[in-house]
Amino acid sequence: MSYIPHTDVERQQMLAAIGVTTIEDLFEAVPARFRFPELDLPEGMSELEVSAEMQALAEANDHGGDFAIFRGAGAYHHYTPAAVGHLLLRGEFLTAYTPYQPEMSQGTLQAIFEYQTMISQMTGMDAANASHYDGATSLAEAVTVALEASRRARKKIILSYGIHPHYRAVVRTYHQWNGLTITGDDAERDYEALAALIDKDTALVAVAYPDFFGRVRDFRALAEKVHAAGALLCVVANPMALAIFKSPGQLGADMVVGDGQALGIPLSYGGPYVGFFSTKLAQVRRIAGRIVGETVDKTGKKAYVMTLRPREQDIRRERATSNICTNQGLMALAATIYMSLMGKQGLTQAAKLCYHKAHYAAARIAALEGYSVAAGEPFFHEFVVKCPKPVAEINAALYDAGMIGGYDLGKDYPALQDHMLLCVTEMNSKDEIDTLVHALEEAAS
Amino acid sequence: MANWNTPEDLKYLKSDEWIRIVGEVGTIGVSDYAQDQLNDVVFVELPEVGKALKKGDVLGVIESVKAASDLLMPVSGEVIEVNTSLKSRPDQVNADPFGSGWIAKVRITGDADNPDLMDAAAYAAYCQTR
Amino acid sequence: MTETIYDKSVPGRVGVVLPKVDVPTSDLPGDLLRDNLDLPEVSELQVVRHFTNLSGLNHAIDKGFYPLGSCTMKYNPKINEDAARLPGFAQLHPLSDDDGSQGALALMHTLQGWLAEIAGFKGASLVPAAGAQGELAGILMIRAYHADRGDSRRTKILVPNSAHGTNPATVSMAGLSVVELPSDENGDVDLIALRAACDDTVAGMMITVPSTLGVFEEHILDVIEAVHGCGGLMYMDGANMNALLGIVKPGELGFDVMHYNLHKTFSTPHGGGGPGCGAVAVGEKLTPFLPGPIAVIAEEAEHEDDAPLYALRMPAKSIGRLKAFQGNFGMHVRAYAYIRTYGAAGLREVSRHAVLNANYVRSRLRGVYTMPYDRICAHEFVTEGRFEGVESVHALDISKRLMDFGIHPPTNYFPLIVHEALLIEPTETEDKATLDAFVDVMLQIASEAKENPTLLTEAPHVTPVGRLDEVRAAKELVLCCRPLPDWAHTQAGD
Repeated sequence: MSYIPHTDVERQQMLAAIGVTTIEDLFEAVPARFRFPELDLPEGMSELEVSAEMQALAEANDHGGDFAIFRGAGAYHHYTPAAVGHLLLRGEFLTAYTPYQPEMSQGTLQAIFEYQTMISQMTGMDAANASHYDGATSLAEAVTVALEASRRARKKIILSYGIHPHYRAVVRTYHQWNGLTITGDDAERDYEALAALIDKDTALVAVAYPDFFGRVRDFRALAEKVHAAGALLCVVANPMALAIFKSPGQLGADMVVGDGQALGIPLSYGGPYVGFFSTKLAQVRRIAGRIVGETVDKTGKKAYVMTLRPREQDIRRERATSNICTNQGLMALAATIYMSLMGKQGLTQAAKLCYHKAHYAAARIAALEGYSVAAGEPFFHEFVVKCPKPVAEINAALYDAGMIGGYDLGKDYPALQDHMLLCVTEMNSKDEIDTLVHALEEAAS
Repeated sequence: MANWNTPEDLKYLKSDEWIRIVGEVGTIGVSDYAQDQLNDVVFVELPEVGKALKKGDVLGVIESVKAASDLLMPVSGEVIEVNTSLKSRPDQVNADPFGSGWIAKVRITGDADNPDLMDAAAYAAYCQTR
Repeated sequence: MTETIYDKSVPGRVGVVLPKVDVPTSDLPGDLLRDNLDLPEVSELQVVRHFTNLSGLNHAIDKGFYPLGSCTMKYNPKINEDAARLPGFAQLHPLSDDDGSQGALALMHTLQGWLAEIAGFKGASLVPAAGAQGELAGILMIRAYHADRGDSRRTKILVPNSAHGTNPATVSMAGLSVVELPSDENGDVDLIALRAACDDTVAGMMITVPSTLGVFEEHILDVIEAVHGCGGLMYMDGANMNALLGIVKPGELGFDVMHYNLHKTFSTPHGGGGPGCGAVAVGEKLTPFLPGPIAVIAEEAEHEDDAPLYALRMPAKSIGRLKAFQGNFGMHVRAYAYIRTYGAAGLREVSRHAVLNANYVRSRLRGVYTMPYDRICAHEFVTEGRFEGVESVHALDISKRLMDFGIHPPTNYFPLIVHEALLIEPTETEDKATLDAFVDVMLQIASEAKENPTLLTEAPHVTPVGRLDEVRAAKELVLCCRPLPDWAHTQAGD
């Protein structure tokens, strides 16, 4: 199988026009002893055979088509209206490049502009960029923005324990040679204790809303302390929760980042997702990556174009603060279409379904013998359950009952052995939740 | 070949900043050549008043649609005033780079002598070679 | 067609109806509840029409020729899209237990192996989300390698002046400094300058092969020898890998690490600017430092016909995580299907025909367009978008005029070392008739430039919008179309 259209006759005509005899003649600049190596790869296949092989690989996984999913921890199983997938498959979106040539890319540009608008509204920020790779890299980029805001004079970054462990790891990977002190996430602290770490060297404080454990904490008092110290506050948010909870901007955030996966993007074993990045106006010119602005064409017609480009890597090279070129264009488009379809009422309703179902599940599990549920703080659609046995054993029992159980927190938090993080969304019916509760009860005995 | 204005009473850096020194106060901006190369200036990032900077430090950033250039300190000094009118009218850098397009005033600390500073004739000749 | 989706919104309209709440409801925390969510209120049909009409304003590979140099805008096979959407992949949770994701892990493990084999390397990681992240991974690995040996003096990375802007930006992100190397008259790295720069403070060198000028570096082995001679490692920017499949293995040439762009070489769709995948491949020295997690064999199979047990692991001295979870898996699926389709012999045909197509177009444009490096090219070539005696016409004008013929412009003004650069990459999936039509248009534009230059300088004429006021966009910064609620303006602070 091949997508190369050339016929023998055409190849000969082309070689003649070039003035060579064979295609091999075109590769003489490649050192002869290394030219045309053998590739130890399987032979090519027909589309029919490839299709069968892909199907077999896909079916060797335990997926949401066969199992009820009660696992979240940064990636969420939600319902995506059919129209999202159909529109995404349009070749005009799918097979276009980054919109460098605005006259031929108004579709992509306007969609990004609408995406920026929706993200700004959800987060309560003045501006959003066209997206980063994922929520984790958005947070790493927020750290860079904060460092730049102090012209690299401040070197301390405070991260909350409640930020996704992968996100905190990515911040450390990105900034491992920047001479920073990254602190605050070694142990559970309330926001008062977190604020006690702030000093004159602090560039950024970051918290999650809801946090990795599902808790929705008010950070208004923290924001005041961060600002009093001349630092910035970044909030890692779950956009689905923002449909019902106050926007982080209203509570005092300077930047709001997170993963847009919950907005109509499939789980897909971890990606591609979309990292949203939004900020107050004060930092808008420090945003890395693409951003689209409205303008007019030479006849005065409204149009869109990528703007604030001069600080990007292709122009500023080694003086750029980030090397990012691309965004997650198609995933941002998916989120835009999803938010348009769900709209004001639909998204609010989805978030409320998550909330009520999760609270129903939490209440029923709390009543089970041997289990306890962390209580006392508001939560959205995830909660921590202390189990009477190792999480792996409990999950094995749930698996037999057709369910993917909660995330084993002991993997990332040694203090939380035998604790699982359960997630309930609009995808989980009352029957499924009741089955879960029953299976947990059985597993305990 | 283009001709750029290079007022006699100023000193210039190869990176196209100018400074006018009166007593202990230096007024800093970018040259006619620089604004011409940048094209339409859309934003000037100004320093904080009160900030102490060393010779060669980044004083601010000047942005056009095509480029973003650091502004370098021609001398060491403390920022005493910035041209806040550039926030709404950055195009003054293009229209009047040596007048209303000035960027910051500094109180010079230490030695005002910088061997990298050129006089107008030397700078004008340098621009022609580029 | 300038109405936004918000302009179509009508209060109270509902696009999607969800199931009713089937559990007892709980109280919501009153002091934390949002009072307004400003999203559009539109019907499903409105949404479908809105985005369908928007899509019509784009150019795309599925619509027409897209010879955008350094971006490899080849055909994106449809079967790959179907594969990525199979429920077994699309509905697989990223934190699934390894037991429950053996199909995905087998796919990743196989793809890692293929990518290592194609480039002549020992290991690969699929984690990086894009080429730029692959570069960061590569330079962080080089830095970690030197640090691991206790060599902390190496703080410089050599980068040719023809490099993509990402290269120097990556070096800065990794806290190292850039030494820019000049190019010689052939567009190759200036060997004298290179040798002069090589000392024990050099951590490594980043170089694109074939070069960003679209030529095979004639003395690449000398370059590698010089850098290795001073103890530095060689990074290959694999943006142009579409010229090298089955042609040469970078690992055999002596490179230590490279990144692929699966969205270029292996046909995963560009999606209007992502997602991509910047998988990295490395030689033996760097395998312990790969970004993770990667797919490994945890237990070999007992019988030959059985599958082994796969697992995700962080490599021993990994530079760490570059994103949450294990990479843009959807892109891994597509690239797997693509490589499986072509196989070993087919991949070599891909590069052979990519190079054939580029040389054919180059040959036909010679004489009318100036070729600053007039020699056999790789999968792309650079020409100058200017004509003697027609000062008003620039590369940009030729680009805009091409749009009137339904052709996407080549990359302009890159590489920076060529005046009025137009970088043209036809890719192997274009047939001769398409290439001939493109050449004819380019020749016509060259005549127009002399006879009627305003036709170019005023172009495009038939696109949905004309040339834009970019100064206004950057000055006025209209970045969204809805005002924030009042509280946003009454807060103290900035």
